[in-house]
Amino acid sequence: MNLEVVEVGASVLVQDGGRPGWAHLGVPRSGALDAPAAALANRLVGNGSDEACLEVLMGGLAVTADTGVWVAATGARCQAAVDGRAVAFGEAVRLPAGAMLRLGRPEGGLRSYVAFGGGLAVEPVLGSRSTDTLGRIGPPPVRAGDRLPIGQAVGSPPGADTPRPPTAGPLRLDPGPRADRIAGDVLDLLCHTAYVVSPDSDRVGLRLEGDALPLARTDELPSEGIVLGAVQVPPDGRPVVFLADHPTTGGYPVVAVVDPDDLWQCAQLRPGETVAFTRGARR
Amino acid sequence: MELLPVGRHAVLVEVGSPDAAVSLATWARARALARDVVPGATTVLLDGLTEELSDRDALGRTLEPWRPGAVEPGPLVELSVTYDGPDLDDVAERWGCDRDEVARRHTATELVAAFCGFAPGFAYLSGLEVEVPRLATPRTRVPAGSVGLAGRWCGVYPTDSPGGWRIIGHTDAVLWDARRDPPALLMPGIRVRFVAR
Repeated sequence: MNLEVVEVGASVLVQDGGRPGWAHLGVPRSGALDAPAAALANRLVGNGSDEACLEVLMGGLAVTADTGVWVAATGARCQAAVDGRAVAFGEAVRLPAGAMLRLGRPEGGLRSYVAFGGGLAVEPVLGSRSTDTLGRIGPPPVRAGDRLPIGQAVGSPPGADTPRPPTAGPLRLDPGPRADRIAGDVLDLLCHTAYVVSPDSDRVGLRLEGDALPLARTDELPSEGIVLGAVQVPPDGRPVVFLADHPTTGGYPVVAVVDPDDLWQCAQLRPGETVAFTRGARR
Repeated sequence: MELLPVGRHAVLVEVGSPDAAVSLATWARARALARDVVPGATTVLLDGLTEELSDRDALGRTLEPWRPGAVEPGPLVELSVTYDGPDLDDVAERWGCDRDEVARRHTATELVAAFCGFAPGFAYLSGLEVEVPRLATPRTRVPAGSVGLAGRWCGVYPTDSPGGWRIIGHTDAVLWDARRDPPALLMPGIRVRFVAR
């Protein structure tokens, strides 16, 4: 059973739950950037939450399958159609053999997720089928003309009883290890600065434009391990929120950490949109 | 030892030296204290801690029995190197010696893979007594197997990549193979000796 990729837009990647546990060898965790959306798409078609699916940046995907298969699109909401006929977004849809599934451009957000019953069965690397754009591990980016194997479906669509995605809000911040590198209370400063998403943002990090944070020291730190969601401040004082393909170690100070439950929002913020932070529960 | 907060499920342990970081990382990994145990130059990141160990006081008590000398040295890997790198003359000049003496100094010391980063399988090797600054302008492509120096660190490029370290030679050893178990030849704790060929 194969998926045939007919058209791709800005970027289409295979992503699953990622490959945590290899950071000590310099291997990023990778995995779907909007993890709850990818998990929902998988559950809608009867898969386990971490199966491999397609992460589609700004729509523009067209695919056919050589056998009938359940599909579901989630994440950034866009027009979905099978053989030109509009189908539901965020629900399981039957894609008949040879029929063409198309995704239009999302109205809001950046990344849509398309899961297939049985999951994409490309060769795993270090336990994951995710494309890691920094370490270049896993399958190459998906291109028009690619044939991707689909696994044997083990479940069927469960209906409407699956939990819906979380709602958006300010990104909650917990303390980071090098808060003392900033002159003043860094959580206060982050919560009271108007930040805008930079066009340089990618799967490695959400780069923010706004008033520079006042660095108390600018000498480089000895390299240290970095977590997902780390808010790192390079010498220009403009914070970067590290996302799934982040480097595993680095020498710029991490001054705060975004709550893991809020990180999915970073996958959907477009360049030019505003970012608001708020204090998390930890002290 | 200082425990620093890193969000909800991680703690950064500051231990002051690469040797202590390798030791603590090895000790913590053997006890499966966290999903990811990531040594740095002078720290160990414990990421993916249980709810209980995410509390720094509780983690501090768990780490109490560790002592820097409590861990056996890791296995030794010998890497055969041809000293013909594009920066060999430059390094020789900086050290005030000739090319052969650079090779002699580089092969004289047993190094330890302290931590990984930059690219999968790229290990920062500690133990050199001499140092050189990074290139002012990084090269856009450094071939896999290139042996480089930066500061007091030595590293071998696992794959073709951009890079700013001064290249003194190359090895044919395969530093990274995702199908191999373990995929990285130089993991934190591995001792490394370079041999001139």
